[in-house]
Amino acid sequence: MTLIRDTSDGWHKLAGRAGLACLCLVSLSAHAVDWRVTLIEQANSPQLDKTRLERAYLGHPGGSAADGVSVAVDEAQFELDAVKARIVLKTEAVAAVADARLAAQTAEKNGAAALLVNLPADWAAAVAGAVKLPILNVGTSDDRLRERDCAANLYHLLPSERMRADAVGQALLARRWTQVLLLTGPSADDAQRTAVALATIKRYGLKLVANKPYKLSADPRERSLANLTLLTANMTYDAVWVIDSDGEFARGLPYNTAQARPVVGDAGLVALAWSAQFERFGGPQVSRRFAKAAKRPMTGHDWASWMAGKALVALAMAQTKLDSVAVGKALLQTNLDGSKGVAMQFRPWDRQLRQPLLLSDGQGVQASMPLEGVMHPRNTLDTLGADMPEKLCKTPS
Amino acid sequence: MMKNTNFFSAIFFSMSLACAASAQPIALVSSEKDNALTVVNLKDLTVQGTIATCKRPRHMQLMPDRKQVLVACGGDNAADVIDLATRKSVGRIPLGDDPEAFDLSPDGKTLYVSNEDEGELAIVDMASKKVIGEVKVGKEPEGVKVSQDGKTVYVTSEVASMVHVIDTATRKIVKNIQVGKRPRRMALTPDGAELWVTNELGASLSIISTKDMKVIGTVKFAVKGARDSDITPVGITMSRDGKRAFVGMGRVNHVAFIDVAKREVVQQVLAGKRAWNVALNKEETQLYVANGLSDDMTVIDVASGKALKTVPVGRVPYAVLVVD
Repeated sequence: MTLIRDTSDGWHKLAGRAGLACLCLVSLSAHAVDWRVTLIEQANSPQLDKTRLERAYLGHPGGSAADGVSVAVDEAQFELDAVKARIVLKTEAVAAVADARLAAQTAEKNGAAALLVNLPADWAAAVAGAVKLPILNVGTSDDRLRERDCAANLYHLLPSERMRADAVGQALLARRWTQVLLLTGPSADDAQRTAVALATIKRYGLKLVANKPYKLSADPRERSLANLTLLTANMTYDAVWVIDSDGEFARGLPYNTAQARPVVGDAGLVALAWSAQFERFGGPQVSRRFAKAAKRPMTGHDWASWMAGKALVALAMAQTKLDSVAVGKALLQTNLDGSKGVAMQFRPWDRQLRQPLLLSDGQGVQASMPLEGVMHPRNTLDTLGADMPEKLCKTPS
Repeated sequence: MMKNTNFFSAIFFSMSLACAASAQPIALVSSEKDNALTVVNLKDLTVQGTIATCKRPRHMQLMPDRKQVLVACGGDNAADVIDLATRKSVGRIPLGDDPEAFDLSPDGKTLYVSNEDEGELAIVDMASKKVIGEVKVGKEPEGVKVSQDGKTVYVTSEVASMVHVIDTATRKIVKNIQVGKRPRRMALTPDGAELWVTNELGASLSIISTKDMKVIGTVKFAVKGARDSDITPVGITMSRDGKRAFVGMGRVNHVAFIDVAKREVVQQVLAGKRAWNVALNKEETQLYVANGLSDDMTVIDVASGKALKTVPVGRVPYAVLVVD
């Protein structure tokens, strides 16, 4: 009883700011606490283009982030009922960064408890700067949002690119595939992620045999830049690490290299937040629940949105006060169970959810990282991604 | 001549099989990946063979007459009934989706099973083999335990981190008790006063007073050189006198021996990889541990707390059931 009164006090404060309309809503549902959450997604996201979805590139999203959030909220109905809480999700599709900012500000004004963003990195950064509300990022793995453009109110459920690269690096090291041929794509994303991969190669003491650019081009004079044999011949290497944010080039690479060597990175063995083929820690049940509800296999992005939903459920269950400071603080103290065998927390230094990553070829899960035996002074999960002493994020904590 | 030898050896072979089948005591080990139970002779700790069963066998339990064993089949949505005399599957009891753990009423007439996908406890009438009731609980319900008087059934929910207390007469939830993160298996003290619940992601076990229906104590596990996150307790069993409890601590590969009265860990014994469900022999001199990731079973001498032997079994061992 007391706990319910506490939360409704918090709600009244918010409602006071938001005006009369909200007060009416509160009086109608006097014993229910509504956690209103707005998911801001990019309208007509090129990543969700129909033909791209059909390709089902590993590491790419499979659909709207609303699917994962809904599964998490639905499966927690029993517990939410027990504390008389409700999570009400609203989805806003935005076509430009200004719209994203406006949608966030409107949601804040209307008393939202938190925001979820499934947006490109620039847009997510703009939203984080526009509101005080805690924001759960489920759409971008860009490292800059965890480093130079990090924000105290921006929490990341999706693993960063650096975490994914570190997982690949650990796998290469474990298999003693230390001589690495890097193939890198032409996009700005590819350039950023190449820098991340090169840093991982250095950090794990792997040897870079060559860093070769490739290009899928309309210009016949550039045809050799897409010739898989030319790109991979006349060298000795243990593995080919391909950076291809688009996916088309990488997909054709395995079994087509000049040397009989495995491919890692964006094809072959890929580091993922989740795989529908993951068999351990109750994984099949999670994937099955998701597939039943969303009518498609669960991807890493879906896992991130599912975890965002679970984080909201945890806050509601803990009967957290509905104000942005309390919610932010509670998020940092939450232990989340994401069916990966360990309790996971947001790292205080950059608000990134620490988590194991799965390495998959799409048919099964070949390994999970961090590698068994990797050591870390505090938490082995922190061997994946930016660690505290690096101080790459200046804003939080 | 040749024919004769074959004939005789065939007879001899079937005789030795028949002998083997009646030899007790044995331990049955269910292996999630094998659709079979491995039979371990407990006299000399050797593998006698396997019993074919259903898909993804997990929890096993003896029927009250001790002549049959029920096996939860995650992949077949059923319980397989194994006859111990012939060591053959003699029937199936349909359960709901993906059953993992179950328990029987003391009279053996009713079976309570957790259905992880549906988030419910199903109640099955053993005579008619029909589901006669369902109780909605939190998602991914796991452990099921019926009280000694049969009036209450306890169910853990991995996602909700709760123990649901269900009245078997009304089939209603009487109380939801918040315990540690990802509660898995349970054991009742012989007097029925305390329910011990392992918390897989809490590196702990919660002790519930069955009378007050609330948590009255916690045993926190710590293993030298290991972090909390590596301690993932699941399996639990208790000695008949209620003095000792044994907990498989999962990823940290150890089993904890606990003084029940003091609620303290008194000894930790190294087992195989992912030490999971545990079982005692009849004399309570040996503890058997199913090691999920090293595909073997560790035999521990209870008095000295020393591992005696590691017996290779099937792939991804889940539980051990002692039959004597």
